[in-house]
Amino acid sequence: MAVVNGSGVNQSGVSRAGANLSGANLSGANRSGVSGSGVSRSGIAPRPVTTWVILGVVGLVFLIPIVSMIEFTLRGADGGYDFRHWAALVDPANAGKYAPIWRGLQGSLVLSITTVAIVLFLLAPTMILVTLRFPALRRPLEFLCLLPLSIPAIVLVVGLSPIYLTIGRSVGTGVWTLAFAYGVTVLPYAYRAIQANLDAIDVRTLTEAARSLGAGWGSVLLKVLAPNLRVGLLSASLISVAVVLGEFTIASLLNRQNLQTALFIVNKQDPYVAVILALLALLFAFLLLLAIGRVGTAAALRRTTPKKDPT
Amino acid sequence: MTNADMTDADMTDAGITRTNSAPESGATMRTTGSNPLVASGVDGASVSFRGVVKEYGGHRVLHELDLDIAAGEFVSLLGPSGCGKTTALRVLAGLESPEGGVVRIGGTDVSNVPTNKRDLGMVFQAYSLFPHLTALENTMFGLGMRKVKKAEARERALAALELVGLQAFGDRYPAQLSGGQQQRVALARALVTEPRVLLLDEPLSALDAKVRVQLRDEIRRIQLRLAITTVFVTHDQEEALAVSDRIAVMNAGRIEQIGSPEDLYRDPATTFVADFVGLSSVVPATAARGAVTIFGSSLPMRSPRADGEVEVLLRPENVRIATDGRGERATVLESTFLGSLRRTRLRTDDGLTIRMQHAADERLAFGDVIQIEVAADAVAVR
Repeated sequence: MAVVNGSGVNQSGVSRAGANLSGANLSGANRSGVSGSGVSRSGIAPRPVTTWVILGVVGLVFLIPIVSMIEFTLRGADGGYDFRHWAALVDPANAGKYAPIWRGLQGSLVLSITTVAIVLFLLAPTMILVTLRFPALRRPLEFLCLLPLSIPAIVLVVGLSPIYLTIGRSVGTGVWTLAFAYGVTVLPYAYRAIQANLDAIDVRTLTEAARSLGAGWGSVLLKVLAPNLRVGLLSASLISVAVVLGEFTIASLLNRQNLQTALFIVNKQDPYVAVILALLALLFAFLLLLAIGRVGTAAALRRTTPKKDPT
Repeated sequence: MTNADMTDADMTDAGITRTNSAPESGATMRTTGSNPLVASGVDGASVSFRGVVKEYGGHRVLHELDLDIAAGEFVSLLGPSGCGKTTALRVLAGLESPEGGVVRIGGTDVSNVPTNKRDLGMVFQAYSLFPHLTALENTMFGLGMRKVKKAEARERALAALELVGLQAFGDRYPAQLSGGQQQRVALARALVTEPRVLLLDEPLSALDAKVRVQLRDEIRRIQLRLAITTVFVTHDQEEALAVSDRIAVMNAGRIEQIGSPEDLYRDPATTFVADFVGLSSVVPATAARGAVTIFGSSLPMRSPRADGEVEVLLRPENVRIATDGRGERATVLESTFLGSLRRTRLRTDDGLTIRMQHAADERLAFGDVIQIEVAADAVAVR
């Protein structure tokens, strides 16, 4: 049966997309730590054949699900291939059918913005404060921030649900309230990205230099530290967006609608459009992570390119 | 303006000599009286520490420090690491708050004034330029904080960069400058706001030996031109001796002695000072009628003592190789070639370790046995 079969493929497609998202996030977090350092061929690199075999196997692992998803979305009615499912997505006739997706997307975007705000205005200043004033707290903070990695989302929800009862009564049940939970789930990724950047600059000396030149704390943060933490803050933000866009478990169990839960619902009616959107989400996350790598290195390159002495 | 379209006139203007190297290795500073920063001058303020106490977790690093620095004076805080010299500077800068005592700048108690309101210029040991700003923008930073108009700030910053010989390097980012150039820009950045006090926290210790000497002399020259009160923290006695009006030798949170470089060198008050300033050897001797006898020579004492046992502080340059069998027998422990001279460590038959400075062509090697004596200069005793 075509529908059952399709649904099966689609299920694996969606979950694969989720796995890819978090995989990409991790590699993004690692990359931000070493951004700027060029890859150089050293004497200990494996032989070319080995290199290509490794690349080929890894490439296949990533490509097969993605290609399968693309293939699935292009299937026509009579066993051929066409773009009817892609076209159906923008067909006004289907607006009612796909409405949950747009609502979900809207919710996820609001959540992304709120979560990024938590990262930029709560986590980053806290980390700077710990670096400058309470260096002894660095390890405890790191432990705390990395903890969510080791707690499965489903376990997190068990602890969160009574809290969300209170939140629901006090500030409402709007989808944006999920940002409180997402602020916790993105901590490991955001922390790593910002900490790598903090380690790369001499926060204390820069701060003291700025203070000695007459800068107040606001100027220190905005004019001295923020520009030098730009890459870390940007990476943390984009990774957070990627995590939020790929989040399903917490939203589903707390009965809030975001992109992933909407996809799940629509998937039951029209598996094709769900896979199409999963592909688009994947592409978006990929572009985000690509942007992290690019934006920072351009400025760094401009600043470090040796100049000829004007002699 | 990019470097490519710099004309010769520009270069001459910037005071860069035409060598293929950065100013620190070949160029000279433009000696001009028309530099606006020099012309407007900096009104240095006096500084005083009164009973300043600083503790870290119960460990006392400053013991009721008293220190007075006159306006326009260049004072070095000299001592080994952990002696409290950097802490004293940081207390003055407001980067550390003392547990007790009073710090005054220009006669005003600044205990409750935060760093950014103390009107100081500071150069740090670590490279402290803002990496995202060019040399010129770095230099303009303090003026921006003081709400100086952009055009005026730019002009003053260029003048400050000219003062350190880096006017042509304004569009460089710190990562494009050498260590010595970065510290010069940091100096320009600290001076451009015409601060009341200039604080130098071991600004030379990360630099190569040659650059270190050049920048050291330049700091002193600029300080004299601007007549700015300067506190210079260093662990290098040679540096302190070369540039200071007065040196405060610190040890374990206290000032052991304060005085002019000459005073410290000739009349060290304690063994610690004698050892730290100028590598003295300590030799026990007996004083009798205003003189001591060491290695067969009778020497006058700089400050007379009662007869009895004393310790004599011997400068390396006052010890020399004896001829015709006079003096004391000693064995060479090590001998270091220092270009124009040699410095040799010896052990006498009595087990005393003696440092000697002598001509480079008198080659000594480990194990050589020689006779040494003391030049007939007056010596300091304790």
